[in-house]
Amino acid sequence: MDNILLDVRDLTVSFDTYAGEVQAVRGTTFHVKKGETLAIVGESGCGKSVTAQTIMQLIPMPPGRIKKGNIFFEGKDLAKFTDKQMEAVRGKDISMIFQDPMTSLNPTMKVGKQIMEGLIKHQKMNKAEAKERAIEMLRLVGMPTPEKRFEQYPHEFSGGMRQRAMIAIALACNPKLLIADEPTTALDVTIQAQIMELMQDLQKKLNTSIILITHDLGVVAKVADRIAVMYAGVIIESGTADEIFHNPQHPYTWGLLKSVPRLDLGQKERLVPIDGTPPDLFAPPKGCPFAARCEYAMKICKEIHPEKTNLNSSHYVHCWLQHSYAPNVKNPITGEGR
Amino acid sequence: MEERKTLIEVRNLKKHFNVGRGLTLKAVDGISFTIKEGETLGLVGESGCGKSTAGRTIIGLYDLTDGEIIFDGMDVSRLSKQEKRQFTRSAQMIFQDPYASLNPRMTVTDIIGEGIDIHGLYKGEERQKRIYNLLELVGLRREHANRYPHEFSGGQRQRIGIARALAVEPKFIVCDEPISALDVSIQAQVVNLLEDLQDEFGLTYLFIAHDLSMVKHISDRIAVMYLGAIVELAESNELYEKPLHPYTQALLSAVPIPDPAVEKGRKRIMLEGDVPSPINPPPGCKFQGRCKMAQDICRQKTPELVEVTEGHFVACHLVK
Repeated sequence: MDNILLDVRDLTVSFDTYAGEVQAVRGTTFHVKKGETLAIVGESGCGKSVTAQTIMQLIPMPPGRIKKGNIFFEGKDLAKFTDKQMEAVRGKDISMIFQDPMTSLNPTMKVGKQIMEGLIKHQKMNKAEAKERAIEMLRLVGMPTPEKRFEQYPHEFSGGMRQRAMIAIALACNPKLLIADEPTTALDVTIQAQIMELMQDLQKKLNTSIILITHDLGVVAKVADRIAVMYAGVIIESGTADEIFHNPQHPYTWGLLKSVPRLDLGQKERLVPIDGTPPDLFAPPKGCPFAARCEYAMKICKEIHPEKTNLNSSHYVHCWLQHSYAPNVKNPITGEGR
Repeated sequence: MEERKTLIEVRNLKKHFNVGRGLTLKAVDGISFTIKEGETLGLVGESGCGKSTAGRTIIGLYDLTDGEIIFDGMDVSRLSKQEKRQFTRSAQMIFQDPYASLNPRMTVTDIIGEGIDIHGLYKGEERQKRIYNLLELVGLRREHANRYPHEFSGGQRQRIGIARALAVEPKFIVCDEPISALDVSIQAQVVNLLEDLQDEFGLTYLFIAHDLSMVKHISDRIAVMYLGAIVELAESNELYEKPLHPYTQALLSAVPIPDPAVEKGRKRIMLEGDVPSPINPPPGCKFQGRCKMAQDICRQKTPELVEVTEGHFVACHLVK
């Protein structure tokens, strides 16, 4: 298993606020292999962005704190790194692309200079070399007239262009891991298609691993090798893209898949929403967090959080329906029983 | 469906903004369509294409620059004060951002009751009863009536927005991206609610959104906008099965399908570049700069929206 790049174990992150402790991430375990794309899927507030930001140590501490868990990156535990040590990792080995390209670029700095920053710091390039490489990066991400764009400020770029610039910054130092936090949510579909295609191309060229954080199942279907479904701070199901889309086992995953209309299907079926809202993370339920919204919930679901059930070497689920005493429920996606 | 009467007719609607230095931003530049009673027309397009401006102009939040809006037989831009009041009661709007569109200093009762008071529909106890009814209708509870917007989640706020629109018993509702700020599992709740209300009260919707899968789901017919103009308009299944305009084709191919097996086999029509600025746009077809098939005529003459097959309109010189 030495092709594992990132190995996150039992990561637990809380925020201490005036109103109490928000348990944003409550023990997530996952890994990312070299060159693969892992998608973390979930709704707002499920802890997917906090997980990503914790890996990068971008969580302000306090109020945030890592209560327990490890983040092994190439065998070293990032959770124990000091700020100084992290500086050498951030932007070099691990980079991040954010959702909103408008607010994550520095508006007072030329785009070219923002790409050069990391190169000068991490690759110890001189200015001339860094400039050359920066222009090369702009060309790589499909920017027409990169020499001219190098000298421009972010406000002179459109949304798609800004996201390209962010990708150029993120990939300038050839990172081993790229964390993309909702990279296309702020973009239009045609631009989204351009950006996703670009990320896939660059991944092939540079063999970067990608963690893609999103709520858009369409984007996930297009690019993900493996998927982790997160709900209320825990991963409730994980498997290959094929397993999650074609043989999902958790009622929440069923709900997600059933609640989005599909463009390629003709008939007008009524959407099946998931009733209710996600639980409050000030006081998360002691049992399965989805129990309150789950139509299959049993008594035990509200009492004890279900253990992990391994369905095969890549696919696991946390759900009491897997237990041999549980009633046989028809899977609404596959139409089969357990 | 053919016998239904036309509720709203938009003829060559234009909305231009003066942006200073003698420049004009042509947000909506001559669009025409009709919506029948009880029908949902979807209006799709990318950001900046003018779809929201069109919705806001139709409802009267902007004064139109040119063109006509005929609602229930009346020309909306030439109404007397009395008729205007009648119109604002018949036509309502649901906004995109449930956080920004509710006054944080008003209780839910005040928010929903405001329209009822302005139009003098109910008083005293009846008014309170009506508000309770509306809350239950949109899936909220009576206890919610005296709370403030900040006490609700995004989905619940959007329900308050819907209750406010319904309070004055409208015939027509402009839904301007009503679900884009909501989570996936909540979107389906709100869409189902909108569909139920339409069935119950025979409402007519103009549903503006950029999520093409959802628009296809909810709409009877769909109009595709690009840079202030409608480039294609058809019955929704027809549009998805036989898109004729090169822009519609590219737009549809860019929408990812939530199924990896289907996604792997799909070919995308990639569009180069971005949507050009609507300030002083070049003559000819608005899409020609990004269209791979563009010819000389596309650069010289603006294509008209013509009916190619029954009910399927397209504005392209190359579609015969």
